[in-house]
Amino acid sequence: MKHIISILIENEAGALSRVAGLFSARGYNIESLTVAATEDVTMSRMTIVTSGSDEVIEQIIKQLNKLIDVIKVLDLNDGKHIERELMLVKVKATAPFREEMKRMCDIFRGRIIDVADGSFTIELTGSGTKLDAFIESLDKTAILETVRTGASGIGRGDRILKI
Amino acid sequence: MATPAKNAKVNPVSAQTQSESISDSHKKTTHDISGAEIVIRCLNAEKVKFVFGYPGGAVLHIYDEIYKQNGFKHILVRHEQAAVHAADAFSRSTGEVGVALVTSGPGATNAITGIATAFMDSVPLVVISGQVPVPAIGLDAFQEVDMVGITRPCVKHNFLVKDVRDIAATIKKAFYIAATGRPGPVVVDIPKDITAHKTAFHYPESVEMRSYNPVLKGHSGQIKKAIKLLLEAKRPMIYTGGGLVLGDGAAELVKLAQTLNYPVTNTLMGLGGYPATDKQFVGMLGMHGTYEANMAMQNCDVLIAVGARFDDRVIGNPKHFLGQKRTIIHIDVDPSSISKRVKVDVPIVGHVQSVLADMNTLLDLEINQADRPIKNDISDWWSQINEWRSVHGGRYEMSDTVIKPQYVIEKLCEVTKGEAYVTSDVGQHQMWAAQYYKFDKPRRWINSGGLGTMGVGLPYAMGCQFADKDAQVACVTGEGSIQMNIQELSTCAQYSLPIKVILLNNRYLGMVRQWQEFFYQNRYAESYMDSLPDFVKLAESYGHVGMQITKPGDVEGALVEAFAKKDRFVFMDFITDQAENVFPMVENGRGISEMILGKSHEEKK
Ligand SMILES: Cc1cc2nc3c(=O)[nH]c(=O)nc-3n(C[C@H](O)[C@H](O)[C@H](O)COP(=O)(O)OP(=O)(O)OC[C@H]3O[C@@H](n4cnc5c(N)ncnc54)[C@H](O)[C@@H]3O)c2cc1C
Ligand SMILES: Cc1ncc(C[n+]2csc(CCOP(=O)(O)OP(=O)(O)O)c2C)c(N)n1
Ligand SMILES: [Mg+2]
Repeated sequence: MKHIISILIENEAGALSRVAGLFSARGYNIESLTVAATEDVTMSRMTIVTSGSDEVIEQIIKQLNKLIDVIKVLDLNDGKHIERELMLVKVKATAPFREEMKRMCDIFRGRIIDVADGSFTIELTGSGTKLDAFIESLDKTAILETVRTGASGIGRGDRILKI
Repeated sequence: MATPAKNAKVNPVSAQTQSESISDSHKKTTHDISGAEIVIRCLNAEKVKFVFGYPGGAVLHIYDEIYKQNGFKHILVRHEQAAVHAADAFSRSTGEVGVALVTSGPGATNAITGIATAFMDSVPLVVISGQVPVPAIGLDAFQEVDMVGITRPCVKHNFLVKDVRDIAATIKKAFYIAATGRPGPVVVDIPKDITAHKTAFHYPESVEMRSYNPVLKGHSGQIKKAIKLLLEAKRPMIYTGGGLVLGDGAAELVKLAQTLNYPVTNTLMGLGGYPATDKQFVGMLGMHGTYEANMAMQNCDVLIAVGARFDDRVIGNPKHFLGQKRTIIHIDVDPSSISKRVKVDVPIVGHVQSVLADMNTLLDLEINQADRPIKNDISDWWSQINEWRSVHGGRYEMSDTVIKPQYVIEKLCEVTKGEAYVTSDVGQHQMWAAQYYKFDKPRRWINSGGLGTMGVGLPYAMGCQFADKDAQVACVTGEGSIQMNIQELSTCAQYSLPIKVILLNNRYLGMVRQWQEFFYQNRYAESYMDSLPDFVKLAESYGHVGMQITKPGDVEGALVEAFAKKDRFVFMDFITDQAENVFPMVENGRGISEMILGKSHEEKK
């Protein structure tokens, strides 16, 4: 099953490589990994999307906790949470596609953030599945380029990951 | 499962390095001193007795300061791998943090096998490596290697110090991290220019890390549950490992086991955790464990694992092991050791010493309550175990003409009264040493279990001998393994170490040959050791005593003679039976109760 794991980690050189190294050394899979400093710049917040059986996820969480630089770990899937990912898609905006792209963009609540002669760049945020659905619904021949940030996640309500 | 490691409080009583009272002036200076001198002062503040090392360009400032100090003794090895192994054995035999010092590049890479060996067996070390100057990092400078990157998978933690003002705090943290929680090696990589820069020295009194707070005390509810289960068990079994030795919990364990009168088995790493000569001890378990230990492990109804990690060499095929229903209690400081390979019913995260002490207190209370039977009667279980004991009982075939390796170890145990530090290399000789030397005390049996590193034996013996200079130290080795760090004969000569090398010379990479005999129809591919040196002459060339023993009748006399030479290094070359195999044996993929017991491959139980 897919899990979104949130990590608070010391904002130190090499911290990212410790996490990435742990996943590759132990054969855990990473679907995506995002990281940036928090409002307290001595800490970074990382979101990892991974998958595995309950036993594997339990080991992942324990092994992450074992890293000296890791301050806290939360499996967002243990409770209610929100997941968001940003995607930028460059699509063909020539005659047969132009109106269609505008329409799709509206339906998915995206925004066109760059307009060029033959192309649009569309910005879209949402859950991973929503972004997948958008890509699915486009004519494949119209897609020039996509870039996704990977998911960020946060607990709902008073589920807060803080020290 | 919850992840208590990060949130639990540290018990202030047991946080060893934290709150010593400090009046020593060497922990502070008002004037600026060099980074190199700071390194030395930190080691002195940690009361380090020995630093095992080898010099080179990047650490020359540090060596210059070593020259000027006399707080610790520097031991010059002949290869950096041996420096780390010796520091490792110093730690295993004393419980103190071992310290090694190596230069950048090749010095650092030579240290890797030593670091990985310590990591796999959870041994606390601080390894200081030189690094190229900060401005040269990343430029493929002379003798540059990314030490932090290369050691990351085999250290508990590592640091690259980029500012002279950070050296003291970093070294303080390194010792703290190495020694607390699940112990392990910590690397501190220090660029050469940083050791020349100057600043005032201040050694912190304590370490506060928001991201690292190892659990000490076990959960009282879980401990209660465990005691209840233990008292209700019909076929109980106590299985202890390296964690009991590392955590100095042997005394508490003996109390627990003897109050309950339950059988105890030790892993290879746990030998000495329970006295081998006691009647409740059923021997080592696992791939080369005793028949009775493996049978009891398989057939028990309540199992308590204490600082042991259900290694694949211990439980055999996990499916087979789990095929039998039993309730498992598991004590470990490292939550990730629990339910990793075997799902357990009552996890107790905590330090063995603290958890066992709490269990003993609770047990005393329970037993003293008048309305209960004083003890749980398990006499049927003991009869069963004693029956198993008689099945194999560690017997081997004796011979009048050729020396049996097991016999050498039995005699070694007799001659040293079971009190020596015994280090070993890796192979058949290691298993025989584990099976036939009776360890009654922890920290006497020093070997590489997790990584299984050939070549540790001699440097391990050095570490033990430095730690306890008058003690009897025996290095049990094979002609393959000893040649992997043979250069240390020179170090032993320089420091007049009276180690006794017990070479079980079977002219084969015996452990490999045994597998080839069993699983590859006697195709002995590259397992024969041709062109062996004359070990007697080799030893003599370093100024040591060399002996060769070829007849069974001479074994005991030779050992007595060698150990009588209290101030000499003696290299004993025992020419042993080439065809001898280690039994019992659990083949790969088999269950632990499916052992081969004897000579013929078919002799199974
Ligand atoms: C040739 C060869 C053959 C081998 N055959 C066998 C065999 O037949 N039988 C056998 O047993 N092994 C054998 N081994 C060794 C095996 O590979 C493992 O190294 C060994 O079984 C692991 O021992 P352990 O479970 O005691 O764990 P260790 O590696 O000693 O781990 C210690 C555990 O205790 C925990 N711990 C540490 N400190 C504390 C503390 N203070 N409080 C609580 N917990 C703590 C740690 O977190 C860890 O989980 C063999 C090795 C070789 C090279
Ligand atoms: C560094 C290293 N290389 C290879 C091995 C694989 N190995 C395990 S036991 C063994 C044979 C050891 O031979 P020897 O030291 O003569 O001991 P014996 O088994 O004959 O007692 C080998 C090659 C190892 N454990 N370590
Ligand atoms: Mg051999």
